[in-house]
Amino acid sequence: MRLLEQFAAGDPEAFEALFRQHQKEVYCWIVRIVRDGGIAEDLTVETFWRIYKSRARFRPDGNFRAWARRIATNAALDHLRSSRHETELPEDLPGAPREDPALRGEQRKQLKEAFYQLPPKYRLVATLALIEEETYESIAQAAGISAGLVKIRVFRAVRMLRKKLSPLRVEAVAK
Amino acid sequence: MNDNEKDREIKELLRQAIAPVKDTELRRDLWPQMLRKLDEPSASMRNVPWFDWALAAILSAVLLLFPGTIPALLYHL
Repeated sequence: MRLLEQFAAGDPEAFEALFRQHQKEVYCWIVRIVRDGGIAEDLTVETFWRIYKSRARFRPDGNFRAWARRIATNAALDHLRSSRHETELPEDLPGAPREDPALRGEQRKQLKEAFYQLPPKYRLVATLALIEEETYESIAQAAGISAGLVKIRVFRAVRMLRKKLSPLRVEAVAK
Repeated sequence: MNDNEKDREIKELLRQAIAPVKDTELRRDLWPQMLRKLDEPSASMRNVPWFDWALAAILSAVLLLFPGTIPALLYHL
């Protein structure tokens, strides 16, 4: 509590302490959205830069972790918006691939392309809900929207993917 | 196949095509990078190039003249 008060009062040492306490958690959240370690590092710094700039608005009795996650989500969303037309498909990101022998080659590429072309606000919730399997509630808190709106956006994202993938005959692929 | 089944199918295919990020560990301390960022001179309005101002003016004019484009613009943001 005292640390948060010092931070809100503009103490640089308190900010450094909070940075060191929370940088891993903020990075972990961002990398799951942007799916690139280097970009996630830059956005982690950007997040704390925004936190530092808005320190006067932070209430020391508030939840710093939730506030930082909200700012991190906005920073990641801004990145998705700015890089929308230059996004290259990450080639199997860190993680265990869940391969299905039936889903390969061109079809897999097209599905990824369709996903990375989703409007950023839909891609954000779809990434967290469908790929990272976060709960609607935690996504809602991080994005500053209601859980109902998260559900609607996931639904719309799926429908957009369906529309884009209709030539793929996904039913046949899934078999 | 009904709509719900097709939706479930897409979700499943997506999970197969794009794996969740497993390596979420931060491998280095970012404080030195943060310090560099804090030391940077803050960007002011004067640092905005003239063509950005021109672009903002054109966009504002378009939105004023064609307010019907605002919902479309918001949808794509």
